[in-house]
Amino acid sequence: MIKYLIEKEFKQMFRSKFMPRMIVMYPILIMIFMPFAANSDISNLNLCVIDNDHSVYSERLVNRIEASTYFKLTSTKGTYYEGLKEVESDRADILLVIPPHLERYLSLNEPAHVWIAANSVNAVKGSLGISYLSSIVSNQNKSSIPIDVTYLYNKHQDYKLFMVPGLVAMILIALCGFLPALNIVKEKEVGTMDQINVTPVNKFTFIIAKLIPYWVIGFVVLTICFIMAWAIYGFVPVGNLGVIYLGASIFVLAVSGLGLIISNNSDNMQQAMFVMWFCMIVFMMMSGLLTPIQSMPQWAQDINVLNPLKYFIQIARMVFLRGSSVTDIAEQLIALSIFAIGFNTWAVLSYRKSN
Amino acid sequence: MKQFRSFIRKEFRHIFRDRRTVLILLGIPIIQIILFGFALSTDLNNDRVAVLDPSQDELTHRITNEINSSQYFKVVRNISNADQADAAFKKNEIDMALIFPPRFAAKLPNDSSTHMQLLLDGSDPNMARMGYNYASSIITSSQKQQPAKAVQSVIPNIQLLYNPQMKSSYNFVPGVMGMILMLLCAMMTSISIVREKENGTMEVLLVSPMRPIFIILAKMVPYMVLSLANLLTILLLSVYLLHVPIAGNLGLLFGVSFLFIMVTLFIGLLISNVANTQVLAMMMSGLMLMMPTVFLSGMVFPVESMPKVLQWLSCAMPARWYIQAMRKVMIEGVGLQYVFKEILVLTGMLAILLTASLKTFKNRLA
Repeated sequence: MIKYLIEKEFKQMFRSKFMPRMIVMYPILIMIFMPFAANSDISNLNLCVIDNDHSVYSERLVNRIEASTYFKLTSTKGTYYEGLKEVESDRADILLVIPPHLERYLSLNEPAHVWIAANSVNAVKGSLGISYLSSIVSNQNKSSIPIDVTYLYNKHQDYKLFMVPGLVAMILIALCGFLPALNIVKEKEVGTMDQINVTPVNKFTFIIAKLIPYWVIGFVVLTICFIMAWAIYGFVPVGNLGVIYLGASIFVLAVSGLGLIISNNSDNMQQAMFVMWFCMIVFMMMSGLLTPIQSMPQWAQDINVLNPLKYFIQIARMVFLRGSSVTDIAEQLIALSIFAIGFNTWAVLSYRKSN
Repeated sequence: MKQFRSFIRKEFRHIFRDRRTVLILLGIPIIQIILFGFALSTDLNNDRVAVLDPSQDELTHRITNEINSSQYFKVVRNISNADQADAAFKKNEIDMALIFPPRFAAKLPNDSSTHMQLLLDGSDPNMARMGYNYASSIITSSQKQQPAKAVQSVIPNIQLLYNPQMKSSYNFVPGVMGMILMLLCAMMTSISIVREKENGTMEVLLVSPMRPIFIILAKMVPYMVLSLANLLTILLLSVYLLHVPIAGNLGLLFGVSFLFIMVTLFIGLLISNVANTQVLAMMMSGLMLMMPTVFLSGMVFPVESMPKVLQWLSCAMPARWYIQAMRKVMIEGVGLQYVFKEILVLTGMLAILLTASLKTFKNRLA
């Protein structure tokens, strides 16, 4: 019985020319473009210098800043007011004002000040820009306690490496969450649902037959993503690939189950899509994909226990970047299993063969 | 005109019949504003720190205490060897490890090779660098009591323009506005037109004495009203709840928003002309339009840090220009002459979309 139902699902899926193409092209396109776009790396900030000192020291200072990879000297202006105009018209991100007689104050060992003003509409950009610039200006590196710093797991400080595992999770939830959400409700709209309802197929078999195709799609998509990550960026997971697949298999079951619940409870496709979209946006924003989870206030972290995407992004990043093993991610795996069992039980229960 | 009005009334009924969708459409901006305003932070808070301190002297205790008492860090455990740090990183239990050598305070003044070690989880490069910056300045300042050598140095005075409290909501509010308007206008319009095609009711509408183009225009009006309502909600919430001030001219703000709403409505019309089924329209607007908009428009990720090719690509996103204009008008409070370019680009896009969607618009169903 279940064999024929699954066969039916696959036939329905491949009947439209668009679907299989999208399942293959979507992860490819996302993996090509998005890691470059999803780049919060702060470099090449546009700097505007207002040098009122015109001394050897101030010239050397500007050269030192230019030599760093973080700043690009785009203009030099005479007054602070002119510099501000550069910021307002988006030609400069950060201003450095060197007052007159800086060099003389320094040589007299008197306090010498410079002014830094940064456009901090984007808070990360503003604060990182200011801390880079002030550390260059004050030459702060000479700390009295020598600090030896090591950045683990991402040696080249590559933001793309951080984003790739997260994007894989996004692609999985976009395809394996959205398509099931539209699936049952589409059958309702077209009317084929009634035909299924009069057959002796039981609820459990029906839901399993709906789930398995998305499970297969999940594996296909995941494989495409990892091949792309290796082919374009040369990223290979530090940990065991099998561990990620294990996590993904449970994660896909959970989100597909969620999609099926939404589909069961929706009257039309538009509604199903917006409900799924709403869930996805909230999951995504809270997942730690874009902002660090530990920076959230405690109440938000408590709510976040209910976010399946958070667990999978953690798994993906931990295994891909840090090489965590199954025992390291046991907590996340258990949480995802609870989601998978809970959502799918709910999906079976919410499917009614008669009104 | 009377016919036109009854067509508009029909559209409103269609929309409000589906309570759940309306609730979500009006609820998404509220949830997003609350999450962005109160839950999400791009700054570093409560970074989890492990300390390996075999020397246990006054200096290491002072440094550990000062790290722990700052808002950026929270010492969650003490470890006894470096392997434990590695295991904790792999379990995602810590973000930073502070490692002191034995007899730190005693050796420091005499032995120049003595140094403390800072291990950071570099997975997220920005957070790691921020963590290093904060930690090193705390460690340096904990040394202040000892007489510092007179070093010739420049003191930077810092001023944060436009966003003195470094709130991330200043950056997000214009982004949320762009995303909601895009979703509401482009996605909803396209789906609702395609649905009429799929159900066959479009045929009925087209044989009515109304000109086809007015039928479509009547479809757009309710979404325009809804998006203005959403815009107002977002602005009120951001001013009264998040305390993000509107620094610029309110008229200019609404003018630019209206222009953007028109652009997105015509994108919706264009999609509905091309797509024949609801699923196709949803996939086109949902995955092919929304995802690039979220990532490429500068909503979350700054456009300047993208490679050149993507920067050019992002120029084709209407939301990019709108968000840029909103940041300038709302947050920076600049006048018309500074957003002139954005307005010009949006008007140009509107003209292109208008001609394209009217060209592809078919009076008859095939």
